[in-house]
Amino acid sequence: MADSVNQDASYEEEHVHSVYEQIASHFSSTRYKPWPIVERFLTELPDGAVGADVGCGNGKYLGVNTKVFIVGSDRSSNLIKIAKQHHPHSAIVADNLSLPHPPSSFDFAISIAVIHHLSTPARRVEAVKAILTLLRPPTRDRAGSGGKALIYVWALEQKDSRRGWDEGHEQDVMVPWVMKGKKEKSQKPTKGVRQTAEEMVREEPAKPTEDKTFLRYYHLYKKGELENDVIEAGGKVMESGYEKDNWWAIVGNKV
Amino acid sequence: MKLLTLNFLTCAIKSCKSTPASFPLHPRDAELEIVEADLNILFLKNILPRLMWDELRVIGSELGLPELPSTPPTREDLVEPSTTAIAAPTSDGTRDAGEEEEEEIPTQTAKDLHRVLLETCIKEGKLVCGNCGHEYKVLEGVANFLLPGHLV
Ligand SMILES: [Zn+2]
Repeated sequence: MADSVNQDASYEEEHVHSVYEQIASHFSSTRYKPWPIVERFLTELPDGAVGADVGCGNGKYLGVNTKVFIVGSDRSSNLIKIAKQHHPHSAIVADNLSLPHPPSSFDFAISIAVIHHLSTPARRVEAVKAILTLLRPPTRDRAGSGGKALIYVWALEQKDSRRGWDEGHEQDVMVPWVMKGKKEKSQKPTKGVRQTAEEMVREEPAKPTEDKTFLRYYHLYKKGELENDVIEAGGKVMESGYEKDNWWAIVGNKV
Repeated sequence: MKLLTLNFLTCAIKSCKSTPASFPLHPRDAELEIVEADLNILFLKNILPRLMWDELRVIGSELGLPELPSTPPTREDLVEPSTTAIAAPTSDGTRDAGEEEEEEIPTQTAKDLHRVLLETCIKEGKLVCGNCGHEYKVLEGVANFLLPGHLV
């Protein structure tokens, strides 16, 4: 068991983490607009709320609301060096299955385009559980009063995207990230690889480099799969939906 | 890494997290730096009830910072009284939060709190778990909580 867990972790190390570490600066220079659901979730938080951004990447969502306090975390220290510049928030290097936060301490959490990088069903459920553990539990008499988390994953059903995946396609895929020179034109954020590139224009454009292709592992979620994972993790789905090739769910703990 | 972060950090090892000794993490061999930031009174007021004050005092003294008061400041302690009067409700009872924020002048207490929590940063050093003794490195202002395989 421990061996297979280590195998899964090292698979992800090779096909997810080391790729992000290498493409960090490029990733951060590409264009981006926040996804509306994420933006809405963050801007509707009460002032002074404290939360976690699990798998924050370069911290693109740390800029959305400066009236709350967010501790962002990511496995890539190159991405965190960029993320930590977002005042008043903080950013640390951590694994989403071993988060260094006291349990039940946050009002909210977001985990955007992260848990689809975990390579087994058990690890994806564990990742949801780790997010639920961060949240303040609801008070007994008021359902929905506890902390809530927004989870966002790539959908299998995206036949209108450049990739064209849809129902019936293999769900575990390797997706290329092509690192090109700065001449590369930005595409609509709804299409293709660009859509998973969570970047902002704040940084200087990347210096031209030779084209290089990196492959990242993704699990593409079927309709209903994210909700099932949340329930299996012991949580409650408060709201869920589909936005631009992604499934999302707002989740919390049971009373 | 700003000190406020330590208010929300514990050991990454699962069996440690629920033990009281794992919070707060203890800075060791820490090199501090001041990273200036705009003071936001509303932010400070809002974060006040979330602060684990006694633990922050421990961290402050371990870092050799000027001693924090024994009790946490109140919201009122953060605003100069004259400006509080201006921000009082108007005759029709309305009150604009945005205006209130703009008109308030921070007290020395607010400035000190801002300095400690948001501007004082650990640049290099370690954060040590009081329960298991595991050390997490801070390099170039970034704390790293990745665990070696056998501790996961
Ligand atoms: Zn520990």
